[in-house]
Amino acid sequence: MTTAWDKLRPYGMVAPAILVFSLFFIYPIFYMIYLSLFDWNFVSPDKAFVGLANFRELLADEDFRKVLGNTSLYTALVVSLTTGISLLLALWLNRSGWFHGFVQGAIFTPHIISLVSISLLWSWLMDPEYGLLNGILGWAGIGGLPWLSHPDTALLSLVLVAVWKGIGYNALVFIAGLQSIPADIYEAASLDRSRPLTTFRRLTLPMLSPTIFFLVVINMIGSFQVFETIAIMTGGGPVNATNTLVYYIYEYGFRFFKIGYASAAGVILLLIVGVLTLLYFRLLSAKVHYR
Amino acid sequence: MKEGIQQAQLGLGKPGAGAAKSEPRARMRLAASGRLLLAGFNRACMLLLVLVFAMPFAWMISTSFKTLPETMIFPPVWIPRNLIWENYTAAWNTGPFLRYAANSIVIAVGILLLQMLTIIPAAYAFARYRFAGSRLLFGIVMVTLMIPAQLIFLPVYLELSAFNLLNTHLGLILPFASSAFGIFLLRQAFMQIPDELIEAARLDLASEGRIILRLMLPMVKPVLVTFALFSFIAHWNDYFWPLVMTTNETARTLPLAIAKIREVEGVATWNVLMAGNLILVAPILAVFIASQRHIIQAFVYNGVK
Repeated sequence: MTTAWDKLRPYGMVAPAILVFSLFFIYPIFYMIYLSLFDWNFVSPDKAFVGLANFRELLADEDFRKVLGNTSLYTALVVSLTTGISLLLALWLNRSGWFHGFVQGAIFTPHIISLVSISLLWSWLMDPEYGLLNGILGWAGIGGLPWLSHPDTALLSLVLVAVWKGIGYNALVFIAGLQSIPADIYEAASLDRSRPLTTFRRLTLPMLSPTIFFLVVINMIGSFQVFETIAIMTGGGPVNATNTLVYYIYEYGFRFFKIGYASAAGVILLLIVGVLTLLYFRLLSAKVHYR
Repeated sequence: MKEGIQQAQLGLGKPGAGAAKSEPRARMRLAASGRLLLAGFNRACMLLLVLVFAMPFAWMISTSFKTLPETMIFPPVWIPRNLIWENYTAAWNTGPFLRYAANSIVIAVGILLLQMLTIIPAAYAFARYRFAGSRLLFGIVMVTLMIPAQLIFLPVYLELSAFNLLNTHLGLILPFASSAFGIFLLRQAFMQIPDELIEAARLDLASEGRIILRLMLPMVKPVLVTFALFSFIAHWNDYFWPLVMTTNETARTLPLAIAKIREVEGVATWNVLMAGNLILVAPILAVFIASQRHIIQAFVYNGVK
């Protein structure tokens, strides 16, 4: 016997969560799109409608193009290095036992440490004068590097920190992926006298493709919104060499109070991340059919 | 070592073993010890890898006990001449640290409690009931899951300021009062429970509320624990939201306080900074060492499924 209450129950159960998402997620997206069409400084009571002028101004802005370029370069480097290195690490470390468990735990550690700590710690390690990294380089007979203080090396230094923080987590996800590949396939391959490299290319890599897709996408989305390391380690400098999208939006919103302009930049970032996510699901449904 | 020997012995059973019969024993022993050597070398390389991840933390601890002049020695020294504790008191005195710590706990725990209250019923409804519009509603959850919150901080800031929630604990808690990731995980767990179990409970005339609380919740407890760890660590560490949503000290959290040491003590006082840093890192590191397996599972295996 179903009562009216039985019919209403599911709605009552999802309502609190849906309310939170609508208030702090769905509504803000539309509000941001709306704001991107206005010129507003947050203080004045009225907003002036300017149509797409913010977007035009953005795309014409030399700095914004630099920021887009920086963000893309940073993302491409972090994603390819993190995924590549962590796959190699996973193949190397994929074994049970206390020793391998210990090594896996050690490389995973940075993933649970606050980005504030990591940023401060690496700023100190990369200190051009007294930092440990230049100490080690000097000890090895190589000259020190300027790290964060020079436009040519600053972005790469941030990439290094992101890769250091990320490869442990990525490697462990890869190991989980490797362990979910059924062992009998490998037995069949070894009966066929398949060479290790062939086995890797023809068997391991395709079987891992869902994991690779997953990691590439979450690394990409994460890198596109990088903020903490930049805010703490470089402040976008030197000379805009490390200025990226979220930091740019933050500065225009909270330092220069150009709300409409910052919102327009936010809409562009939203579009990029949206397209990437969509692409991910397209590729996933098109390519990953091994089970 | 034992593994190395076993491996070497196993190796003899592989394709080359037929040929090995005719070879002298000495050669076999040589191959075995070669394998052992290789296994040892392999482990040494792994320890080197561990060093790459442990050294920065060791350096942080070492620096936190140094005097300021001692941080400015090049090439750097690892062991300070005298261990000094003043950096810790200096870091602690840069601001109301007890308040920051309390804020961090209130916010992370508050978020976690509200998340539990909102995700458990929602995940259960999505997993177990068919109702009109459920696909649309679950679509909202999926969109929230896929698009990162960091993209929309500006409109959320304006919203909170309109509600007068800036600089309040509530303002830092409410936007995270539910979690799409949590709903997704938990829904998966609820769906795996066999229908027969629930039917049997219904026949015993148990009410829906009792079925959820007494039967279903205990069965998904591991998922709840891993989600709780994940959520607590993420919000304990968060720097971005408290930075963006606060303009004074009332609701600021530990990560902000640590970053602020630089403004109070000056840019190059690395010894004080690293001491403050250790105050922030130590609790998480202790929790990690104590329940490493759970935490790795929370972050890794949940991400894969």
